[in-house]
Amino acid sequence: MDKNSNFYTITYAAILTVVVAVILAFVNSSLSPRMEANQKLATQEDILRSVGLTDLEDAASVYEKTISSIVIDSKGNVLDGISAEEVVVADEFKKPESEQKHPLYIYTGEDGSKRYIVPLYGNGLWDKIWGYMSIQEDLNTIAGISMDHRGETPGLGAEIKDSPEQYNDPYIGKKLYNDSGEFVAVSMVKGGIKEPDHQVDAISGATITSDGVNEMVYRGVDYYLEYFNSLQTQTSSK
Amino acid sequence: MSEVQVAEKKQTQLLGKKERRLLTDPFNDNNPITVQVLGICSALAVTVAVKNALVMSIAVVVVTGFANLIISLLRNSIPNRVRMIVQLVVIASLVSIVEMVLHAFQYDVYKQMSVYIGLIITNCIIMGRLEAFAMANKPWQSLLDGVGNGIGYGAILVTVAFFRELFGKGTVMGFKVLPSWYEPNGLMLIPAAAIFLIGIIIWVQRAMNKKLVDIS
Repeated sequence: MDKNSNFYTITYAAILTVVVAVILAFVNSSLSPRMEANQKLATQEDILRSVGLTDLEDAASVYEKTISSIVIDSKGNVLDGISAEEVVVADEFKKPESEQKHPLYIYTGEDGSKRYIVPLYGNGLWDKIWGYMSIQEDLNTIAGISMDHRGETPGLGAEIKDSPEQYNDPYIGKKLYNDSGEFVAVSMVKGGIKEPDHQVDAISGATITSDGVNEMVYRGVDYYLEYFNSLQTQTSSK
Repeated sequence: MSEVQVAEKKQTQLLGKKERRLLTDPFNDNNPITVQVLGICSALAVTVAVKNALVMSIAVVVVTGFANLIISLLRNSIPNRVRMIVQLVVIASLVSIVEMVLHAFQYDVYKQMSVYIGLIITNCIIMGRLEAFAMANKPWQSLLDGVGNGIGYGAILVTVAFFRELFGKGTVMGFKVLPSWYEPNGLMLIPAAAIFLIGIIIWVQRAMNKKLVDIS
């Protein structure tokens, strides 16, 4: 057979494509349950990390026991018939505000104390950054924060994940509202902290990642303010 | 007696002098990074930590080995006009498989280097070996050549990563080795440091191996 004929070339390419497609589809479908389980577990670990539970041996069962979740819309109404796991925070970020759905995770400790955990999502220097922040029952004090990233510079921006004791722990105990009750959130600043309740040290050499973190923390909590307000009026009217 | 002889003969065929050279040449005389100067891009990107470099090296060994083997098996049937496309299809599907396996079994590593795993497709070493070797040689030799080049590439990668992690973070494979008074050098963590280190490696290698020095 003439190997240089058009017929041979086209048939060869077609057969090769089909064979490769079948192999890839087979590998993908046989591995996808594992891949999805990994992704789910990573999210659960991130959420638990924000309430200070790290290096768990069996994160999935701890998560199962302690975390419940609801979904709210941008007006602060609780939405029924949708689970928090179905909401992809990265997609909601791009939608117009009226259509956004926001998952809220609620951690209940052994002593019955609650933590409200909000997902955070934003842009770092090179790629997306995300995280979870847990807030104490007073809906003002931060109980913990965990952050992750896809492509921040190791040793600089990537420190938001790699050095939690340096860049995550300082958030603990900070306040979301200032003394006059305004929402100000907490930001990373350079050149020394002036408002110890609302500021933490930024990462030197990683200005854009720090700015991204500030933006994501502010906006991430902002989505839930309406709901938190309604929660607070509920408890005060009781 | 005769059985032993047959076994010995087979052994020499499988790993004869020529075959052994295929495996060892890429370490020194024909190293893909320091001599052929291929695959520099990924050598800069994934050498921040030894673990990442190791995973990247294993992935590249698997891909070069199998790509060489498959292309060598197909070499007499591949239509000449689309041979580059056929090579790329083989490389791309192997890389996709590696990516999926990592996603399923080494999720942490996958998360850190997903982009670079995908970029193995564009790693010039693989295409280079396919064109230069696998298209013209038998499957077994091609497999050895692919594995040899993958290991040669990996050796440099791990060496660079070792020094970058050691001086940049004071750790090796995540374990603290340098005492706490050592202030980690941030320069080692940015890609430029890898260029310096590769330069030093090339310098040392040429000082020891005069064959490589271009006298013209």
